Amino acid sequence: MLFRPFRGGPVVKHILLIGFGLVMLYPLLWMVSSSLKPEELIFREPGLWPSQVTLNNYSEGWYALKHPFGYYLWNSAVVTALSVVANLVACSLAAYAFARLNFPMKKFWFAIMLGTIMLPHHVVIVPQYIMFSELDLINTIWPLVMPKILATDAFFVFLMVQFIRTLPRELDEAAEIDGAGYWRIFIRVVMPLCMPALATTAIFTFIWTWNDFLSQLLYLNNPDNFTVPVALRTFLDASSDSSWGPMFAMSIVALGPIFGFFLVGQKYLIRGVATTGLK
Amino acid sequence: MTDVSVAVKPRAATIKPKGGGHRSTQRSRREARAAYLFLAPWFIGLLVITVGPIFASLYLSFTDYSLLEEAKWVGFDNYVTMFTEDPRFISSLKVTTIYVVVSVPMQLAFALALALVLDRGLRGLSFYRSIFYLPSLLGGSVAIAILWRKVFGADGLVNAVLAIFGIQGPGWVGDPDTALGTLILLHVWTFGAPMIIFLAGLRQIPSSYYEAAAVDGAGPLRQFKSITLPLLTPIIFFNLVLEIIKSFQSFTQAFIVSNGKGGPADSTLFYTLYLYLEGFKNYDMGYAAAMAWVLLVIIAALTGVNFLASKYWVFYGDTK
Repeated sequence: MLFRPFRGGPVVKHILLIGFGLVMLYPLLWMVSSSLKPEELIFREPGLWPSQVTLNNYSEGWYALKHPFGYYLWNSAVVTALSVVANLVACSLAAYAFARLNFPMKKFWFAIMLGTIMLPHHVVIVPQYIMFSELDLINTIWPLVMPKILATDAFFVFLMVQFIRTLPRELDEAAEIDGAGYWRIFIRVVMPLCMPALATTAIFTFIWTWNDFLSQLLYLNNPDNFTVPVALRTFLDASSDSSWGPMFAMSIVALGPIFGFFLVGQKYLIRGVATTGLK
Repeated sequence: MTDVSVAVKPRAATIKPKGGGHRSTQRSRREARAAYLFLAPWFIGLLVITVGPIFASLYLSFTDYSLLEEAKWVGFDNYVTMFTEDPRFISSLKVTTIYVVVSVPMQLAFALALALVLDRGLRGLSFYRSIFYLPSLLGGSVAIAILWRKVFGADGLVNAVLAIFGIQGPGWVGDPDTALGTLILLHVWTFGAPMIIFLAGLRQIPSSYYEAAAVDGAGPLRQFKSITLPLLTPIIFFNLVLEIIKSFQSFTQAFIVSNGKGGPADSTLFYTLYLYLEGFKNYDMGYAAAMAWVLLVIIAALTGVNFLASKYWVFYGDTK
């Protein structure tokens, strides 16, 4: 209806789109295939189909660092799970207040909240690092989780405020007439209806925390506390150029959970991006 | 948590606002108290994690501080050094500017083009949308940066493909002339997220506009120029502001591709990477704090200019 850049109908268009998609995903597919090739074949064969399949890279990569790779996966899982729970609880508490309750200077605080979304993280990392190091919390999970317990991921507060505002107020009022307090209305009425927004928050928090590199690099210096991104990074330091196979294998392992969430939660991801511009 | 529920429970009698001024002020006071309880974690976070550190970092930017010794007041020294005696700072600013100025428009152009192709009820839309969105999810990870380093390595995938055609490619990530280009390409690769925002925007445009235009004899190009583009300007603007802010803060990719050094020859020394190196490798935290404030001012100014300029090209019509 808009304009037709490609004459020749939808078939040509599909061929072009699939071709373009393949070019885009080629590096990813190549990484998967390379991780299954014997080391010496990786750079001799730019094709996708391995002429020889081996799982050696995976077993070698798993044990290449100080701890087996599962150890780092577990550390990442702990940080990520705590971050997800913290964001869900703290952001929905704040969002309920902004969306439903009246209090002095509400507009002002709401504007401040929106402002913190735009704030570059780097402006605060130096003093935050000093604070956590004064509190002797370097090499613990607190510097990673504490900001989330305190609802500083304002994007999600905003997301949930927007969502709660679309819910009919009559439900709150009906519950209030039945004698429910604010806390009860929040838990029993508002939260159950917020599931889509909570799902979006959970999935994005998962992906961002799992991928997050800077703060984990800053706060985790002891190999015993390393998470997946920091551990992957040490591959670059430790290995000579000959161990790309194991490194690719562990990169695939690291991307696995994100890919899984992508498959399961696409609906929420796409909706989240479309409505708020989350990445 | 049980405390909260006791504290915020309004009595049944207070729900009738007719009951007079006394009761309703009592009610609103109770409501405000409940609100502050719900907001307590956020307030503490605002103070301790955000606002406190912002001012602390402003103070630190006027000092010489290394975490081990007391902070020493040096006035504007850090700022002066930055712009007059530190070529690495200048080059980090240059590298980041090139990165933002080249990669953001390219990324948005791809996003818009693909959104236009995918719009209009193409079969398999959600399949393509997912395929193109996947890189946005993975692009920020260390694993992908590692992959990039090898795809564009001297003996990497790109050169292997070029070799088939008998072309000897450069070392890409190892060559100061091309290293930044590979990072720009990585950013363009993640066009899926803005594409989805564009798709949502395109869906808001009523199809009756196009029908009316077609009746008047407007061709596809004319329709694009006179309907799609103007009505999409608010979305373009939104994506532009968001992506500029985000890409100015890019860190992971440059860190991994250059193995934490910003090389070769500082050609991938992103602003935030240099800030990290100064603050957490040299432990020159006063200097890093000053850099952080300059970054804040740059981003605020860019966003402000964006908003001012938007008056001349963003069209907020009566679309609703």
